[in-house]
Amino acid sequence: MLERSCYDLADRCIEKHGKKPASLIPVMEDIQDELRYLPGELLSYVAKQIGVTEADAYGVATFYENFSFEPKGKYEIKCCDGTACHVKKGIAVIEALQKELGLSKDKHTTDDMQFTLETVSCLGACGLAPTMMVNGKVHPRMTPDTAVALVRELRGDNT
Amino acid sequence: MKIAAREDLKNARLEAAAKMEKQDIRVLVCAGTGCVASGSEAVYEEFRNQLEGREGISLDFAPHDGTKIVGVRHTGCQGICEIGPLVRIRLGDKVVQYVKVQPTDVSAIIQRTILHGEVIEHLLYHGQAQYVSPSDIPFIAKQTRIVLSNCGKYEPDSLSEYIYSGGFRALEKALFEMTPEQVIQEVSDSGLRGRGGAGFPTGRKWSSVAHQPDPVHYVVCNGDEGDPGAFMDGSVMEGDPYKMIEGMMIAAYAVGAQNGYIYVRAEYPLSVKRLREAIRNLEEAGLLGNNILGSSFTFHMHINRGAGAFVCGEGSALTASIEGKRGMPRVKPPRTVEHGLWSKPTVLNNVETYANVPRIIMEGAQWFRSIGSEGSPGTKTFSLTGAIQNTGLIEVPMGTTLRQIIYDIGGGIKSGGTFKAVQIGGPSGGCLTEKELDVGLDFESVKKYDAIIGSGGMVVMDQGSCMVEVARFFMGFTQRESCGKCTPCREGTKRMLEILQKIVDGKGELSDLDDLENLAQMVRSMSLCGLGKSAPLPVISTLHKFRDEYEEHIVDKRCRAHVCGKLRRFIIDEDKCVGCGKCARNCPAGAIIGARKMPHKIITDQCIRCGTCQENCAFDAIYIEY
Amino acid sequence: MMGVMTINGRRVTFTDEKNVLSVIRKAGISIPTLCYLSEMSTFGACRLCMVENERGKMFASCSEVPKDGMTIFTNTKRLQKYRKMIIQLLLGSHDRDCTTCAQSGDCRLQDLARKMNITDVPYQDTRERREIDVSSPSIVRNMNKCILCGDCVRACSELQGLGVLEFTRRGADALVSTAFDRPIAETACVGCGQCRVYCPTGAITIHSNVDDVWDAIGDPNIRVVAQVAPAVRVAVGDAFGMKDGTGVMGMIVNAMHRMGFDEVYDTTLSADLTIMEEANEFLERLSKGEDLPLMTSCCPAWVKFCHDQYPEFDRNVSTCRSPQGMMSAVLKEYYRDPENAGGKKTVVVSVMPCTAKKMEIRWKRNYTKGQKDTDISITSTELVNMIRDFGLDLQMLDPEACDMPFGLGSGGGVIFGASGGVTEAVLRRLAPNHSKQLMDNIADCGVREKKWIREFSIDYKDRRLNICVVSGLANARTVLDKLKAGEVHYDLIEVMACRGGCVMGGGQPVILGRTPREARTAGLYRIDNNETVRKCDENPLVQNLYKGMLKDKAHELLHVHTEE
Repeated sequence: MLERSCYDLADRCIEKHGKKPASLIPVMEDIQDELRYLPGELLSYVAKQIGVTEADAYGVATFYENFSFEPKGKYEIKCCDGTACHVKKGIAVIEALQKELGLSKDKHTTDDMQFTLETVSCLGACGLAPTMMVNGKVHPRMTPDTAVALVRELRGDNT
Repeated sequence: MKIAAREDLKNARLEAAAKMEKQDIRVLVCAGTGCVASGSEAVYEEFRNQLEGREGISLDFAPHDGTKIVGVRHTGCQGICEIGPLVRIRLGDKVVQYVKVQPTDVSAIIQRTILHGEVIEHLLYHGQAQYVSPSDIPFIAKQTRIVLSNCGKYEPDSLSEYIYSGGFRALEKALFEMTPEQVIQEVSDSGLRGRGGAGFPTGRKWSSVAHQPDPVHYVVCNGDEGDPGAFMDGSVMEGDPYKMIEGMMIAAYAVGAQNGYIYVRAEYPLSVKRLREAIRNLEEAGLLGNNILGSSFTFHMHINRGAGAFVCGEGSALTASIEGKRGMPRVKPPRTVEHGLWSKPTVLNNVETYANVPRIIMEGAQWFRSIGSEGSPGTKTFSLTGAIQNTGLIEVPMGTTLRQIIYDIGGGIKSGGTFKAVQIGGPSGGCLTEKELDVGLDFESVKKYDAIIGSGGMVVMDQGSCMVEVARFFMGFTQRESCGKCTPCREGTKRMLEILQKIVDGKGELSDLDDLENLAQMVRSMSLCGLGKSAPLPVISTLHKFRDEYEEHIVDKRCRAHVCGKLRRFIIDEDKCVGCGKCARNCPAGAIIGARKMPHKIITDQCIRCGTCQENCAFDAIYIEY
Repeated sequence: MMGVMTINGRRVTFTDEKNVLSVIRKAGISIPTLCYLSEMSTFGACRLCMVENERGKMFASCSEVPKDGMTIFTNTKRLQKYRKMIIQLLLGSHDRDCTTCAQSGDCRLQDLARKMNITDVPYQDTRERREIDVSSPSIVRNMNKCILCGDCVRACSELQGLGVLEFTRRGADALVSTAFDRPIAETACVGCGQCRVYCPTGAITIHSNVDDVWDAIGDPNIRVVAQVAPAVRVAVGDAFGMKDGTGVMGMIVNAMHRMGFDEVYDTTLSADLTIMEEANEFLERLSKGEDLPLMTSCCPAWVKFCHDQYPEFDRNVSTCRSPQGMMSAVLKEYYRDPENAGGKKTVVVSVMPCTAKKMEIRWKRNYTKGQKDTDISITSTELVNMIRDFGLDLQMLDPEACDMPFGLGSGGGVIFGASGGVTEAVLRRLAPNHSKQLMDNIADCGVREKKWIREFSIDYKDRRLNICVVSGLANARTVLDKLKAGEVHYDLIEVMACRGGCVMGGGQPVILGRTPREARTAGLYRIDNNETVRKCDENPLVQNLYKGMLKDKAHELLHVHTEE
């Protein structure tokens, strides 16, 4: 069972967007923004409240890439593999970070819950490729070395 | 300030002009996604901090007598993202463009430029020459900015500055001087075509919706710019949100809609923020809501954030998503104009299309037709990226040639490179090559060359790009983004990707090329929605234009661009190898043989091309041959 | 709209066909589809029904509205090639163990592959293997055979108003699943089996209990007694190539005797008992004015649906067991007598048109003396499989009569298999006599109307009874929502979960390319017409039971016991 506060959060989000099926995605987004993941239990609760079937809600949550049933790390790194970043060797940055953090294509979050590494399709800063985003802030012109340095700096902050 | 009637709008204009004219100097810091990433926010803050309370200067919000009044403002994307943070200083009629400005440069700029009107040379843009004014820089001078006209000049969040720039004149004209039919006629006459990719005539779309018997209509703005390598719509939303909203309001008036939805990609937090701010300001002013400007026109706006699905750029998927459902396109007919959001007749246009509307209403259809090409009037924004000198956001008349874009505006290929191709239209588009450099780009012309204008992503490639790998990259993208509904797209893209992966891994056979072509044509013809229908285009276009590269990968196991890692050959230089055996011990594939103290050898057939041997060699004896 | 279009060079007229596909089929061209079902919304996903116009433009015929003057081609070289590729692609992501698949021979994908002469599949199945879900007693879901046509998803939501199954994930990972991929038994699934009816492949099949039956038959210490439900007799013949809806009860009895069932009884008898009890219950509630409308309880999928989704109506549902439950209780009671048991253990097997019945037999509230009455419930499809397995050709068998003393029901019991049948039988029970005129009047009162929701009123004694007959759970949802909102008032509501009633139950044989609803329904009415006894209270076996075994056990054996 989740804490009561999570349900209060869900109630607030539902209140904000309205008790209607169309609120499903905005409510899930708000919950995910707040908790940085979408607890399945809360999804079922929201579904019931706004009048969609649980299977429907699950279908929607698994359709969109941004929803995650797994808690994410303290630092959410989104590496861009859009066209511009790809042709400017963004993959090398991703590989360097995977190696540094011990992550892979299937493992996105470090065991200590510090880092989550994801690949996204475009951050809209193509002129500065390759780019990556850490907790919403875009970092331009990454190289494998600067990316690793950034991660080490972030890690240094909390040890 | 309430703007509840035409009279109020007139006053607001006067007030905005007074405010603007009061500013002797304007410091315009680019706040586009690119410059923010490069640290423009710190530069902005530094300007404010240093200017506040400085002798002889007042920030415009607290003017003192006898001081220079300086306005420090954010602006939308100034264009040349690569050399950001960009700062423009407007001194009376003169504008100075500084590039790569750091917070440490701020005090010098204040001292020399703001206080004494001097130009700091090392902060200027240096191309083939040194340029002071942005309008001298070829990258900017050779553009025609309609949609982006305000970017670089005005604060995106400020309603007052938008009004000063001429904002809401078009809406006012439409509401009080034109009938909805006349608005539609004007847009139809202008020849404006949807900027989202397909180029459908906007006026015809509006007219269909206006004529639907159902009384409830919607206008929806597609801001789900998902093409990797494209950021034009994002730049418009974050750089000039009011213009796009005004366009939507005019559309709503024309088709009789009372509610509008903007669907923005979640990866554009800045766009979401600025649009929310703009809507809030408009609601407060009364420019959104009931009886706008005292007329009978009522309009409300809503923002929906996308949740990470490229396919939601497709009309029926987008409306499904707004309704809270999986973004799976539905079969058409019925089309969105008859059966769109909540099953009601819906105008769905993209950001750039709406942003063109106010100017068309103001200047008229004939003016618009005077720009661009016969069949595709107006301008088009492109995001110019890749192996090019000046990357950034551009707007040019339709019909401009690739050569003009790449060489005149983009400054040519990045040093040392030679032009190979331009990928245009992203995962739904194709490649244009040397041969097509002089083709004027518009909706029709590009189609002839297995590409599309699409939303306007333009990635320039030089000899360092492997066209097979590029095709694989796009196929990987569409395959990941397929909604999975229809068989051709779900299964077809998966199998095409498998074949392409096989080829870049050096395991391809010549017969794969026929299979690839067959699958591509089938997916193109049989898929349910635009995503599937266009998904094979990158493959078809590279297959037709760069077949030799495919064959090289298959027959010679060679990647001329040195991109495909699995086609590298590791070779031990016998002269350098001392036979220490470290490489052999570390080789995960057991592919290295050799007697102790004798030069070793890599058995190419067993080598998995991981590079471990090279990393471990202390004598630099292992090199790569492509 | 009327018009003429040219299909493959021939002129075809059309009238009110809703899409080009229907016009093509009307013209006698069997264009393939895997996701088009006329009773559900158009999905347009399989892309097999694509056609080409004179300009070479391709479009899906399922979603295109016929227009006068249209010219289309259904079998150009390109279309043939592409369709073949689509089938190959589907087979490439499909568990191709056809020889051992429960659906083999009845699989639409297999059928198309054969018709299109597919002889190779150039793809490996690289999908992640999914565990087979056997959690439900009714159906088995093997998603490794799913081709994502969405038919089950739409059946569950559009026809049944449940939405237990939904598309999840996307792209090549797309998967039809339940909320959080839970086993189907842990969802709101009511076991109706309509998903299985519409599944074109072996991805959703009946949870078979055939082996349990053979085991019982093979055990010399067990007496296997069977009951055969009304709707079974008009469906089993379909699977043996007989005309849709042919009544084959006598042949079924013969076959079952041959296969080793010791006694074969007729569920129509307990359908009669159901009416006796339910009519009493109805009159009692009417006189007290309590718990109205009375809602029928014959259909377990409906009973579960109502309890899960509309618990506020729990008290309205009749306390009568279903005919299956009553029959088994009576049979078990009969064989409790050592004289009847003859020293053997009794196993009761029910043969039902229904997959939900497999679930119903497990419900404790249907138990008698703490014991399960129906030991095994099989569907008509499983019976067909047993007959085939045993090597019998049904058509060649002579009819035999059911065994006594439980082998006879009234015409009113037989029509239980069609939507409206229960209500009609109740009305007959309330009727003062069995004159042909009176029976015909009842049949014409609206109870047989060709609608999913039938509403009508009849006069009974000094009052007017408002009755609703509904089939399909989505339709039931509509009725209950209106009832809840106070928009409608009924005294009696008959609900059958499957559209058209048990004749179209989830356990009935599915015939490729045909919907035998009307033929089967007509088959039941034909049998009823030929019966001499058409009212349950006139069935001598019923009278005997009430005089004998049920004298003071009617409540114990024929009603559910919720307190347990």
